[in-house]
Amino acid sequence: MSVGLEHYLVVSALLFALGLLGVILRRNLLVIYMSLELMLNAGNLALVAFSRFAGNLDGQVLVFFVITVAAAEVSVGLALIVALYRKRQTAHDEDLTLMKL
Amino acid sequence: MNALPWIILFLPLLAAAAITLFTRRDRALSAGLSIGAVVAGFVLSLIFIGSEGWQPAKAESAVSWLAVGGLQVDFAMHLDALSLLMMLMVTGVAGVIHVYSWGYMRDDPGFSRFFACLSLFTFSMLGIVLAGNFIELFIFWELVGVSSYLLIGYWYERPAAAEAGKKAFLTTRLGDFGFLLGILTVWVTLHSLSFHDLEQKMEANGQALGALTTLAGLLIFCGAVGKSAQFPLHVWLPDAMEGPTPVSALIHAATMVAAGVYMLCRVYFLLDEPARLVIGWIGGITSILAALIAVQQNDIKRILAYSTLSQLGMMVMGVGVQGEKEAMFHLTTHAFFKALLFLGAGSVIVALHHEQDIWKMGGLRKKMPVTFWTFLAGTLALSGIPPFSGFYSKDSILARAMARHSYALFALGVVVAALTAFYMFRLVYVVFLGKERAQAPGHAHESPSVMLWPLRLLAVFSIIGGFIGIENIYGGYFPAAMGEERTLTTLAQLLAPFREAPAAASLGLLAAALGFLGARAFYANAANDPLPEKLGALSRAMQNRFYFDEFYQATFIRFHDFLAALAAWFDRWIIGGGVRFTHGFTELSGRALRLVQTGNLQTYAFLFALGVALVLFLALRQ
Repeated sequence: MSVGLEHYLVVSALLFALGLLGVILRRNLLVIYMSLELMLNAGNLALVAFSRFAGNLDGQVLVFFVITVAAAEVSVGLALIVALYRKRQTAHDEDLTLMKL
Repeated sequence: MNALPWIILFLPLLAAAAITLFTRRDRALSAGLSIGAVVAGFVLSLIFIGSEGWQPAKAESAVSWLAVGGLQVDFAMHLDALSLLMMLMVTGVAGVIHVYSWGYMRDDPGFSRFFACLSLFTFSMLGIVLAGNFIELFIFWELVGVSSYLLIGYWYERPAAAEAGKKAFLTTRLGDFGFLLGILTVWVTLHSLSFHDLEQKMEANGQALGALTTLAGLLIFCGAVGKSAQFPLHVWLPDAMEGPTPVSALIHAATMVAAGVYMLCRVYFLLDEPARLVIGWIGGITSILAALIAVQQNDIKRILAYSTLSQLGMMVMGVGVQGEKEAMFHLTTHAFFKALLFLGAGSVIVALHHEQDIWKMGGLRKKMPVTFWTFLAGTLALSGIPPFSGFYSKDSILARAMARHSYALFALGVVVAALTAFYMFRLVYVVFLGKERAQAPGHAHESPSVMLWPLRLLAVFSIIGGFIGIENIYGGYFPAAMGEERTLTTLAQLLAPFREAPAAASLGLLAAALGFLGARAFYANAANDPLPEKLGALSRAMQNRFYFDEFYQATFIRFHDFLAALAAWFDRWIIGGGVRFTHGFTELSGRALRLVQTGNLQTYAFLFALGVALVLFLALRQ
């Protein structure tokens, strides 16, 4: 059997869904963060697949941008989490309900 | 000269407005404005009548006010003997009472408000007297009712006074409902509401109202039943004595209650025989009922109130026997002596520090001579002793009844005359003669001059009112008037009733004498009332006003309260229920939706993903 575009896209979608489930269901802040990274990488995979089967490098250029943004986001986000942990002494999401109206 | 009646009408209104808006703080100025307006009105009336005579050339003076479809209502002034003499009487008696009030209400905190209300009343009463059509009459009719309400409930902190004001207004309102129906009946059949037009139409064709004649007459009479406190709507007048005494004198003796009789005489051409029969009998019944009740009352103002009711019954009875001239004559003389009696009573009340029970008075003749002699003059006039004015006016009604062969009403009138003399002399004996019955009379002293001069003035008119030509002035207006034009010498006029209608005059005089002797026999030196033992249950019934108020309370008022409770229930549960349901539903939905706000980030993320999935699904459905 030959591997076509749709296989790559299905894998990408599965990865994305798994990441989403992790964001929604996991309790630990760091694990939520990792799931978020997983979602981003799923997007990257889809982009690379498109680039491979379209025959040009546009997708891969976009991947560069996404990776850069992800790196910046990780640094900022981890700094936030560390600051939050120092203040609240917890990384458990149920204790962080200040966004309630 | 044509503008004078308009000025006379509106001066008191301007005074009332000025006092209400500007001069409330300044007592003397308020009183001055009010008294000035009325006295000026009287002087201007004299000038007007002096120059134009009793039948002015320009009898109708109108300003177009309302023109809707076929209905044309003007603000019209109708000037003839009837309205001019009434205007003179109203401004005169009101002026006298305004001056008296200055003294009587001196210590009252609401002094300015009192004079504002009095001026409003004067304006309204003059409006009734000068009105040229039914609508205008009705408007001023209601205005007088409002003024009466304001003045009866003048001491509004007293619950009895507030209740009495409400009772007066609502009871007269009931009569006014019938009155309005009568006006509508006239409008529907004759298509005009102006008195001048109506008179001409009725003169041209006596049957113009057709089958509705009696009904229209009786419905219009309803207005008089309410306003002039005839049976069965008489219950408000005695309670109205809660107001200050000048109010009782002006409104509930001389003028407002007379408005009903005036109105009947104004539209005499609308009343046919069956209507007159009913009117005559209701007048007679009121008269004797009130006279009987008065015999056993112990409050000086209540006695006078029932006396007023009785005399109003006589006037209405006079209208019933087609004696409009006689009824108006009695109305005028009654205004003089009844106002006098009330003002005298006020003088006594103030001297005894607001004591009104006659059995706590006594021997005031020595302490208050002017009050006594003027009160006696009023009593003699009311009892119908010649040559006082009351004799001539009362006799004219009795003579008229006899001439029309209404012997039952005549007999009723004679009995009432006897009772009148009886209870009035009972009052005089208990209050002024004999020994003092309590502490207060011992310290009494005469009232100040500002209260005594009105008494003197009214006493003069009570004495001479019978033969100064009032009857002639009215006689010139009504076509069915009895008796020839009196151009007699004063002495001949004094004896005229005995010549013209000897039976009526003698019987009337005899009745009055009997009443006086009876009063003297029972009350000349009585320490207590001897009648309750002699009459037992009848005396109790008289004292309790024949239980009319209790009867009305048990029947009409209970029914009315039931209806009110029903309406309240409907408003609270059905209409209120609808409002409360909406409120509850909104609140419940709010509470449910609030649960979405958990503050939990993951919940929000979940909802976010859900929303995205929904949008994708909707977008990709095809």
